[in-house]
Amino acid sequence: MSSTLAGWLQALALVGALALCYRPLGDYIAKLLTTTKHLAAERGLYKVIGVDGDADQRWPSYLRSLLAFSAVSVLFLYLLQRVQSHLMLSLGFKAVNPHGAWNTAISFVTNTNWQDYSGEATMGHVVQMVGLTVQNFLSAAVGIAVVATLIRGFTRSKTDRVGNFWVDITRISFRLLLPVSIVLALVLVANGAIQNFHGFHELSTLTGDSQSIPGGPVASQEVIKELGTNGGGFFNANSAHPFENPTGFTNWLEIFLLLVISFSLPRTFGKMVGDNRQGYAIVSVMASFWVASAALMTFFETHPAGVALKAAGGAMEGKEVRFGLWGTSLFATSTTLTSTGAVNGMHDSLTPGGGGVAMFDMMLGEIAPGGTGSGLYGMLILAIVAVFVAGLMVGRTPEYLGKKLGGREMKFASLYILTTPLIVLIGTGVAMALGGERANMLNTGAHGFSEVLYAFTSAANNNGSAFAGITVTSPWWDTALGLAMVFGRFLPIVFVLALAGSLAQQQPVPATKGTLPTHKPLFVGLLSGVVLIVVGLTYFPALALGPIAEGLH
Amino acid sequence: MSSTLTPVPVEQTETAQQPHRVQSGLLDPKLIVAALPDACKKLDPRVMIKNPVMFVVEVGSVVTTIDAIAKPSVFAWAITVWLWLTVIFANLAEAVAEGRGKAQADTLRRTKTETMARRLVDWPASQNEEEVAGTELRLGDHVVIEAGQIIPGDGDVVEGVASVDESAITGESAPVIRESGGDRSAVTGGTKVLSDRIVVKIASEPGKSFIDRMIALVEGASRQKTPNEIALNILLASLTIVFLVTVAALQPMAAFAGAPQTLIVLVSLVVALIPTTIGALLSAIGIAGMDRLVQRNVLAMSGRAVEAAGDVNTLLLDKTGTITLGNRQAAEFLPAQGVDTGELADAAQLSSLADETPEGRSIVVLAKTEYGLRARAQGELEHATWVPFTAQTRMSGVDLDEADGVHQVRKGAAGSITRWVTENGGTVGADVAELVDGISAAGGTPLVVASKIGNAPARALGVIYLKDVVKEGMKERFDELRRMGIKTIMITGDNPLTAKAIAEEAGVDDFLAEATPEDKMALIKKEQEGGKLVAMTGDGTNDAPALAQADVGVAMNTGTMAAKEAGNMVDLDSNPTKLIEIVEIGKQLLITRGALTTFSIANDVAKYFAIIPAMFASVYPGLGHLNIMALHSPKSAITSAIIFNALVIIGLIPLALRGVKYRPSDASSLLRRNIGIYGIGGLIVPFIGIKLIDLIVQFIPGLR
Repeated sequence: MSSTLAGWLQALALVGALALCYRPLGDYIAKLLTTTKHLAAERGLYKVIGVDGDADQRWPSYLRSLLAFSAVSVLFLYLLQRVQSHLMLSLGFKAVNPHGAWNTAISFVTNTNWQDYSGEATMGHVVQMVGLTVQNFLSAAVGIAVVATLIRGFTRSKTDRVGNFWVDITRISFRLLLPVSIVLALVLVANGAIQNFHGFHELSTLTGDSQSIPGGPVASQEVIKELGTNGGGFFNANSAHPFENPTGFTNWLEIFLLLVISFSLPRTFGKMVGDNRQGYAIVSVMASFWVASAALMTFFETHPAGVALKAAGGAMEGKEVRFGLWGTSLFATSTTLTSTGAVNGMHDSLTPGGGGVAMFDMMLGEIAPGGTGSGLYGMLILAIVAVFVAGLMVGRTPEYLGKKLGGREMKFASLYILTTPLIVLIGTGVAMALGGERANMLNTGAHGFSEVLYAFTSAANNNGSAFAGITVTSPWWDTALGLAMVFGRFLPIVFVLALAGSLAQQQPVPATKGTLPTHKPLFVGLLSGVVLIVVGLTYFPALALGPIAEGLH
Repeated sequence: MSSTLTPVPVEQTETAQQPHRVQSGLLDPKLIVAALPDACKKLDPRVMIKNPVMFVVEVGSVVTTIDAIAKPSVFAWAITVWLWLTVIFANLAEAVAEGRGKAQADTLRRTKTETMARRLVDWPASQNEEEVAGTELRLGDHVVIEAGQIIPGDGDVVEGVASVDESAITGESAPVIRESGGDRSAVTGGTKVLSDRIVVKIASEPGKSFIDRMIALVEGASRQKTPNEIALNILLASLTIVFLVTVAALQPMAAFAGAPQTLIVLVSLVVALIPTTIGALLSAIGIAGMDRLVQRNVLAMSGRAVEAAGDVNTLLLDKTGTITLGNRQAAEFLPAQGVDTGELADAAQLSSLADETPEGRSIVVLAKTEYGLRARAQGELEHATWVPFTAQTRMSGVDLDEADGVHQVRKGAAGSITRWVTENGGTVGADVAELVDGISAAGGTPLVVASKIGNAPARALGVIYLKDVVKEGMKERFDELRRMGIKTIMITGDNPLTAKAIAEEAGVDDFLAEATPEDKMALIKKEQEGGKLVAMTGDGTNDAPALAQADVGVAMNTGTMAAKEAGNMVDLDSNPTKLIEIVEIGKQLLITRGALTTFSIANDVAKYFAIIPAMFASVYPGLGHLNIMALHSPKSAITSAIIFNALVIIGLIPLALRGVKYRPSDASSLLRRNIGIYGIGGLIVPFIGIKLIDLIVQFIPGLR
């Protein structure tokens, strides 16, 4: 089978599998977010933590719970890393240094999973399992909880209650993420991923050198790494490592996993607002960006410039032969369009075009389909901006799903779309202005600049993938990227919750023929245009100096 | 029947039959010149700060000015001058819009001449008068005005009836009648009493009269940003911040690339990117929207009301005067069995000659047009005794003393005539009863005609079919409204049967029959509970609560002060049909904002293609490929982009003032059309514009 045919089959199988899951998974999530029934175990848990599972919170209270929960998570993860040497199964690793531990703690709590460390050379099994893997579940659940409040903002009227954070996060973790992870971890193990508590095995290689082979509970972390759009690898090589991602099939499965929840959430949205067509419209926008991005990325990687690369049949540098150009391009597209950031190849080795696509994917705000929950709320915010401008053009005060978009709503939506670009651009600008920080760059020229831009884009958008090429373990980089991750995660969440509260208080306006329809192809096109133009205009100058300058000769 | 059913003069209803389209007003070049000084005055930073987008441009202009003075060059000065022009053009747009209002305000101010008032002390207990200045009148004072005098303040007539010349505020030269009691009691200060004597109870404090408010409104002095304008401003401000940061962060990146940019270029990039087009025109659009209403003789008390008009879901329309002509008209003569139609027509005409009601006149007209019966003057018939309509008999007619005895002709409601016929020895046949029932069922009003000659028994001759005449073009109008997603509800005091028939004929969506003011209020509340916005017109005091409750309440100028205070708009022409136009103007206002915002943002794409290669092609020659317009040089490219940016503001002022073309249609087709014109157009136009400017600019030494 030619690699092109194999590539097409992979891509089509992926689309087919995602389409099959859209309805059942989306409906299932909608049900778990709306049902009033608690499981016995959940009721017990609420009793232990002292929460009334039947009482909904106002948005500020919901936000306080979320922030407090995240703050405690950061603290716990930080302390765990700092006392690592005293923990069992530490494999003899020392405590992580303070700035590295803070960076990693934030990184995993914000669903970014930017790793300034090398997993097999830094973290013992307890930190990986109790610290990092637990956050993989919780940070994903937080994202879905936040989008749930936004959807409730649309569905509820004349109330200031947007849901119960503790109930949401418990249900998402125990009814969705855990069961799927357990089943699929077994599938990964069956296909060769490892799952044990071993330390390092010293082996002699054929050439007579000695090699140290690590062990560890990899499969269990691998599944949620993808399913929760986290991306923090057990090993430094991430999903390029054969113990994490052994075969072409597991590669396909991992791509599927990192997309499946985010692509099904529009169904949840449609179901909850009582109009499935709304979900189809949103998922159409997501899917068209994903398809376009995958096609462009694959095109760039299979049609590289340069004699050597052409002779090799494609840009194979930094890619795994067992995944090939297509498997790597699909993975790279999906990981940057979600907030995953797992990699199965070196993004720094992508062609300028491919690297530019990866960067642009993240700059879109990771909305196609985006991180678990965060992708949908990002897309809905852009939909609100699109509805606002388009709504004016049909001669009415703009309204989305019956909720009017007035000054208050536009304030929060505007702040949301401001936040991430500001963090990326200010961060990159400052880094380029500080001479000392530039010294950490291993490359010069447009490519060197791209690496810095990529780092801040990845951190602020909570992606976590890296171009590498810069040494980011210095206190400055750890701190700067840590701040980018914190602000890039929690400021937008503040605005989304405030918006949800504001929408929930409104009484819906009935739809008439004069109302802008938000389920038709025209709106899908409009929303896509708004996404492209808003993002394109913001990042075009920076992109021009990086990948575009590199790519155009 | 609700008292809102004020008959509307025929000449007005006829003009209202023509479907009005929201038309454009022309931009007079003289207005631009006249507005220039005002535009320059607005450069004051304290004024500019209210418009964040243009304030950024002004600050940029100051920065480039300083830079150009320090390091003079043709390029620096060209950019500086055009940046200042950008700011001035924006101010010009606002000044022109305000200028149109000022002209109207001046006309109004002339009516505000100082008048002396004859205040009645202790009225009505005594008739003692004292002479005071009009400005000294307080709420609740009573004044007396006689023919030839100016009414000193707003108020309601409490005694007497007078004809009043209100041309000062309405522009209508025909005098109007104002009388105590009822719904035509309101008088406006500054108007002139032409006949008779009235006593007016003053209803406004000095300085807060109707004319004062009108002046403030048309001048824009009391203009506040509307909710929607605020929301749009937030979006524009945030875009401005993003682009400011984009450019600020670009400098270190550019320095790393080896191409640090000059201040002039960076400021140019900021100005090119921030949404200056809509930022410059936003307030002009709002002022012009109010102005378009004023031109149609509608005064909106707030911009908020105009915006709400665009959002209206439900229109409550009074039947009489809005949907139908003011009065029922005779449509047909239906003779009883064995009676000749001519005979019936003749009798009907005879019985109506003395009937001065519009219905009565319409019978005479029908007899003439359909049956060729010449209207006979009353004096023509000798020995005629006219029997006027009374509430007791509910009949009218005539007794003619002819040779063969007294000819008695009567017409009236079926019950009354039947009684009269029976009393006079006759019987009314079943066929007549059938005709009566048929007309009632069709929503019409039957009038039975009977006669008695000499001592012969009376007999019923037939029935006159009076029907409500739906104004021409109303059905099409309601179809349009339906396409716009607006529900129309007809309000009438008629019984449900009649109401239903007229509602069907007119094509309204729903009707409220036998409506009392309370019913109307309940209907409004019910609609609003479902989240709908309701618009209505009204003029009576008992309409006031409903007018206040409605989201858009248009009070008729002929109405009472109470109604005018309660509503948020006043129609000086007192033409209820205008409600539909008000809705269209509200929509047009929002569409204009949205269209220009889209245009403004779409413009940025071309500007990037002009400026980015100009900035960086020297260090990354590959970026030269982005210069798809093939602009002459970096300097000419940047200058052209800035000139285009400024000129497009001037070019769009007429559009901002008259509003974009609006055709009533559903949301999808409106959106498709406007995205096509302003979105796609906004992408393409600047590519062409910048290229054309570059073709000229490239010949200027120093910009090559």
